[in-house]
Amino acid sequence: MARNGGVAWMRTTEKIDGYDLSTSDTEEVHVLAVDDSLVDRKVIERLLRISSCKVTAVDSGRRALQYLGLDEEIQKKETNGFDGLKVDLIITDYCMPGMTGYELLKKVKESSAFREIPVVIMSSENVIARIDRCLEKGAEDFIVKPVKLSDVKRIIDYTTTELREGEQRGARARRRGINKRKQREGDDDLSSSPPSTLSSSTSSSPSSSIQSATAPLSPSTLDSPTRRLKMTSSE
Amino acid sequence: MLGSGADRLRADVNRLLAFLFHQGILDEQFLQLQQLQDESSPNFVSQVVNIYFQESEKLLRNLRSLLMERKLSDYKNIGIHINQLMGSSSSIGAKRVRNVCVAFRAASDQNNRTGCLRVLEVLEHDYCFLKNKLHELFQIEQQRILAGGVGYPMQN
Repeated sequence: MARNGGVAWMRTTEKIDGYDLSTSDTEEVHVLAVDDSLVDRKVIERLLRISSCKVTAVDSGRRALQYLGLDEEIQKKETNGFDGLKVDLIITDYCMPGMTGYELLKKVKESSAFREIPVVIMSSENVIARIDRCLEKGAEDFIVKPVKLSDVKRIIDYTTTELREGEQRGARARRRGINKRKQREGDDDLSSSPPSTLSSSTSSSPSSSIQSATAPLSPSTLDSPTRRLKMTSSE
Repeated sequence: MLGSGADRLRADVNRLLAFLFHQGILDEQFLQLQQLQDESSPNFVSQVVNIYFQESEKLLRNLRSLLMERKLSDYKNIGIHINQLMGSSSSIGAKRVRNVCVAFRAASDQNNRTGCLRVLEVLEHDYCFLKNKLHELFQIEQQRILAGGVGYPMQN
């Protein structure tokens, strides 16, 4: 009886925390790829798999929303519940019949549950107005087709960096929280010291400091036209 | 010797590829596909290309019947078909077919039926040429593997 009680308790905490625990254990990025062209789906699937990602490929924005559990017409079974794994990144074609990639982007960014998922748009048309529209709606990046391995690697690189940094930030915040508690309990000799003048000798211009904070300093991240746009426009 | 047969066939593959690149039939995206072929996906290129063939032939048939309609007005639909063919051609590195699609789209945007029919003929011809050459490429590749060559990577 005690054991049963124990197991039941375990199961409850697993339900609350278990979902998060199990997905943070997996190193692989899970990408939801959306493209109405079968040829392009096969190619993007392969590009992603070779970049060590888990891939779910669907042929329309509608199916992407269904997979995420955002389709209004299909009731979600449970709050945590969609049949698949947690999605870390969405890569979608722009020009699709029915729902365009832009409309999918909007729906994702307007949802409280999924707006944090980075969305990358692919398009065969290199139109500045289109790129701007997508970035304004919160797209992470914009790839001009045909998609190459270097494009995919670049995106996966900064997605995993941001995911890791997010976890590290969370872990650091948690550590800070624990340390704060310890300080209050014990002698507080770590009293607030006068703010030290930070040696800002290296980074003079704002753009370079943004660069060091966000993206890993590899030439490939600077190759993205949208990254360059983002960095210069944030000055 | 088993080895030299495979080597000779590999040289044949490379020669055919060089020809196709030089003639502007294929571009570097085809090389990208080859780089994605390995022991975990040893037939990747031919798989994708065969899908491309199936889809393209459907599109070309539809385009021809659309253009043959007595009262042709649905240029928008024609444009959609062309865009699909253009996109998938670009994705596999079929440079020449893709470029003909660009010309096709220009004629379609102008609602120019005669122009469209003329370009469609060129497109059908160039597509046939591409298909024949790629079949040839895959055949030599098959022979090379049977002669003891390693199936991947496809290039030196």
